[in-house]
Amino acid sequence: MTALLEVEDLRVAYGKIEAVKGVSFTVEQGEVTTLIGTNGAGKTTTLRTLSGLLRPTSGKILFEGEPIDAVPAHRIVARGLAHSPEGRHIFPRMTIEENLLLGAFLRRDAAGIAEDVERACTLFPILAERRKQAAGTLSGGEQQMLAMGRALMSRPRLLMLDEPSMGLSPLMMQKIMATIVELRAAGTTILLVEQNAQAALSLSDRAYVMTTGRITLSGTGADLLHDESVRRQYLGED
Amino acid sequence: MHELPQNLANGLMLGLMYGLIAIGYTMVYGIVQLINFAHGEIFMIGGFGALTAYAALPHGTSLWLALPVMIIGGVIASVLTATAAERFAYRPLRTAPRLAPLITAIGLSIALQQVVWAFYPNAKKALSFPQFAGDPIGLGSFHLQRNDLFLLVAAPLCMLVLAAFVRLTRTGRAMQATAQDPDTAKLMGIDTDRIIVVAFALGAGFAAVAAVAHGLRYGQVDFAMGFLAGLKAFTAAVLGGIGNIYGAMLGGLVLGVAESLATAYVQDVPGMHQLGGGAWANVWAFVLLIVVLLVRPQGLLGERVADRV
Repeated sequence: MTALLEVEDLRVAYGKIEAVKGVSFTVEQGEVTTLIGTNGAGKTTTLRTLSGLLRPTSGKILFEGEPIDAVPAHRIVARGLAHSPEGRHIFPRMTIEENLLLGAFLRRDAAGIAEDVERACTLFPILAERRKQAAGTLSGGEQQMLAMGRALMSRPRLLMLDEPSMGLSPLMMQKIMATIVELRAAGTTILLVEQNAQAALSLSDRAYVMTTGRITLSGTGADLLHDESVRRQYLGED
Repeated sequence: MHELPQNLANGLMLGLMYGLIAIGYTMVYGIVQLINFAHGEIFMIGGFGALTAYAALPHGTSLWLALPVMIIGGVIASVLTATAAERFAYRPLRTAPRLAPLITAIGLSIALQQVVWAFYPNAKKALSFPQFAGDPIGLGSFHLQRNDLFLLVAAPLCMLVLAAFVRLTRTGRAMQATAQDPDTAKLMGIDTDRIIVVAFALGAGFAAVAAVAHGLRYGQVDFAMGFLAGLKAFTAAVLGGIGNIYGAMLGGLVLGVAESLATAYVQDVPGMHQLGGGAWANVWAFVLLIVVLLVRPQGLLGERVADRV
């Protein structure tokens, strides 16, 4: 039984500066896998490479056993990977509904799409209330919900969430984290990138710690949550 | 001021033409943040394409019958030129510093003019373009040139088609998404390279329609006609708020009317009698641009740069 996603010795560079220096990890079907690490550790670069926005200099990316490292970005979502990018990146001058529909851009099943819009609105009731409103008018937390809802619209087999709690109030952050737990319970496989290590680790099945482009530690979420060095470095304890 | 209705009508006609060309600048800018300075030449080549199509028809074909063929000829010539420019001149520079494609655009503009000058038969001087015969149509306090009727119908029609395309079609929505956030558009599964080609092609098609209108209006085409028309249309696009298709049309109309009124009336202002007349039309067009940019840098319908991220 192979993993849903296997990353092997991945290297990514911006010009001469290598941001990801030989990273290997796996994401198992039905699990929440988390990459934690400080700013500049290479987490976002890794996700952007997985979705084809960046090209690796070397290494392998296998999704459902197939190499996807040479697939153009606009074909990745058709393979079953959806990416909710860092900073949310909703389309600000489109309505919430139009944003959701763009998440289903490649789908042709009108009935299924309509059903999934309703599902996103049930998952995030705030989106239902503001359906016809320009997405740029939403608060940060609401935009995050929209970005997650939009990513789900492609019915992905792997959902990648980059810093979903960034810049959110503690209450909003709790909501987002609760949604991740809910999605996992519904069978969605999730690859999560977070700086908020405490919250992320406590809901992860598997986690990797990234430091300056390398994976320095891995284990189950619970393992890392209790790991001495993780507690010191990422959970702010002395 | 007894000729005001006439001057307004003249200005609006000019404005429709500027606006039609301006759409090409604004759409390409909206999607790839490139000022395609070769767009004026894409317009000019549309005029030559239309003329070529006309020449290919049997001698004595009525202009009414010839017009659709001329439009198709012009659109083909312009669209081919624009998409080739995108593919071979601009796309290789997609990730280069922004100055590189800009300089390429200026170079391409000169090159296209020279190619037409050198290789189109007899194009070293202006070539005559077919025109409808007949007196202007009187409409009470002003009259319309028969040859401007084409513009009066074609420009609003093009604008409606474009608005419907952008709002209602899948490709149109993909264009909006690409303009707002190209990387995220890719994450949605949008082939942004294809969308860029569509933007160039649509702009070129409208420029070709404008070139036919220009030919009918002035009765000639020449290899250099894209320079000033392009500059005016670029001004219109900036005036209306670059990146906004409705802004392009509005900017064109404002510019056309301002130019027409300034030409007619500035000399009546005490102390400014030496600044009036047609010779100063271009000056007033650019003065208007400067004033608007001072007061409203984002243009009439543009969004503040901060909103665009």
